Amino acid sequence: MIDPKEQDVWLVRPSSIRIMWRFFWMILLFTVLAELVIKVKGFFGFDSWIGFGAVFGFISCLLMVLFAKTLGIFLKRDQEYYSKDLKND
Amino acid sequence: MTEMLPPALILITAAILIGPFKGYLRVFVLLAAPLLTLWAIWQVPDGVVTTMPFLNYTIEPVEGSALRRLFATVFAVMVFICGLYAFRVAKWYELAAGYAYAAGAIGVCFAGDLITLFLFWELMALFSTVVVWCGGTSAARAAGMRYAIMHLFGGIILKVGIEGVGVHTGSFDIQQMLATSFDTWMILTGILINAAAPPVSAWLSDAYPEASPTGSVFLSAFTTKTAVLALILLFPGEGILVWVGIFMIIYGIIFALLENDIRRILSFSVVNQVGFMVCAVGIGTEMALNGAAAHAFAHIIYKGLLFMCAGAVIYKTGFSKCTDLGGLFRTMPLTAICGVIGALSISGFPLTSGFTTKTMISQAVADQGMITVYLLLTAASAGVFLHAGIKFPWFVFFQKDSGLRPKDPPWNMAAAMVVFSALCLFIGIFPETLYQLLPYENNYVPYKVGKVLFYIQLLLFSGLAFFLLLPLMKRTLTISLDTDWLWRVMFRKIGEDTFNTVVNVGTIFENKTQITIGNLGAFAKRHLSSSNNQASFGIFARTWMIGTTTLWIVVLLTLYVLVYFI
Repeated sequence: MIDPKEQDVWLVRPSSIRIMWRFFWMILLFTVLAELVIKVKGFFGFDSWIGFGAVFGFISCLLMVLFAKTLGIFLKRDQEYYSKDLKND
Repeated sequence: MTEMLPPALILITAAILIGPFKGYLRVFVLLAAPLLTLWAIWQVPDGVVTTMPFLNYTIEPVEGSALRRLFATVFAVMVFICGLYAFRVAKWYELAAGYAYAAGAIGVCFAGDLITLFLFWELMALFSTVVVWCGGTSAARAAGMRYAIMHLFGGIILKVGIEGVGVHTGSFDIQQMLATSFDTWMILTGILINAAAPPVSAWLSDAYPEASPTGSVFLSAFTTKTAVLALILLFPGEGILVWVGIFMIIYGIIFALLENDIRRILSFSVVNQVGFMVCAVGIGTEMALNGAAAHAFAHIIYKGLLFMCAGAVIYKTGFSKCTDLGGLFRTMPLTAICGVIGALSISGFPLTSGFTTKTMISQAVADQGMITVYLLLTAASAGVFLHAGIKFPWFVFFQKDSGLRPKDPPWNMAAAMVVFSALCLFIGIFPETLYQLLPYENNYVPYKVGKVLFYIQLLLFSGLAFFLLLPLMKRTLTISLDTDWLWRVMFRKIGEDTFNTVVNVGTIFENKTQITIGNLGAFAKRHLSSSNNQASFGIFARTWMIGTTTLWIVVLLTLYVLVYFI
């Protein structure tokens, strides 16, 4: 269990999380800008546009999460849903 | 032709010996048997090696090819690592069942005919059920029963198909076919049930998480991947598989996103990854089949690794839900690192095994000019990073501090995880070693600067989406309904209702009958019963006149004579 004297590690301090976010944004920007120098050879033309991977990856994830959330409204049940049924036997 | 015994026999022997042997001897059997199997696998030459009579047929228990050896190799490696991972924790009967289960998988790899394939197929079904039951809880018993029913049902469908093919073509040989007749459809359906294809994908996420932490590592490797091998052998280029695969890929992502239990998340991602392979088999080109085989090889390793990490966490903490876990990287650094490597591999991050195999499938799809399928696969690659690549390590090892401070698992578990992590990176950095083993000549180059940049961009922006959408990803104490609701609730309800109706009708009928019987009884009492009183009115108790009796006898005799002559 947690030792009250335990100092939280660098990785989870709010200040370091801010630094990591900044670093992450820079890397993201860099991967897109790198396409100015490195040519991404796509298969179908439109997939070699600058930033296609970025936009496509982000949007497809967004859609998948939203779709999952919507589906969840109908499909989610309490975790005891099936075991309750067992107990009734 | 040199006859050779099936390599699977080594593991079957080991499974028998695990029980009686104790201590170091058992550990020796556990570790030596897979290595011996590995050696035997590489002694199998191409073509049919062994034939033997079985009933009125000649069966071919051992047939070799590069593809068969590739799958058998990764299975044997997996058994070795499972043995190493599990031997201190797992019960002997779980280990024995696990080894017999793996023997079934290796038997399928070298099956030269459909009869041998079916026998080993059922061996897998039986012993994998035992592995599920070794979870030891009432939930595991129930899930194991559902698992057994599903697989025995699948086995029957497969058997119907095999017999049909045998009767109609006169040959049980394993050869390429397309789903054009009832028989071949049955075979395809039987195999797809084991591949966790829709609409029965739910058996996988139902059963695997109920096994013990070590049992689910065994389970993650064999059943679905032997199904992939069977598909490559029997149905390469079967168009419908492309869409079955795409469905599995998307299903896996969506359900994993909704899930709270860590092993269930991994189970959904098994369906997702097998979807990539099924889709590739549907494409059917040499590049696609190479991709499917290579991806199965890589997948067994990183998925085994992820299940081992999850198993280690459950073993040390007793918790298996994202809502209970978090912040474990502090005290389980090794498990966390291995988990991250496994997660990056499954996501197909450059320099990991997943990148060198999954992109081969994408390439094969693009070569065929299938834009929609290609875009769906690319979106799915992003989705894999979302649901397994980040979600699994994030909720287990990072996110909030759960207050749990478990230590890394014992040395043997750690060693198993480290070996598989190293393999993930090795295949990622030196893909040629895996490419050499592939069934067809391979000139695919995974690392091109543009492609690497594209995938890094795709994956990092998926990561961005994950962290920005984190509020939407908050775990809840819920499960998601799946098609198994049909047989766990609806069919059960229909069954119970039918039963109750029958019981009710029966009761009513019984009551009616009782009333009737009661009435009859009263009637009988009135008319039939004898009593001590000679003057009783009962039919059989009445005193009859001699004349009447004679008359009756005459009537009966006349009837008899008439009937006789007619």
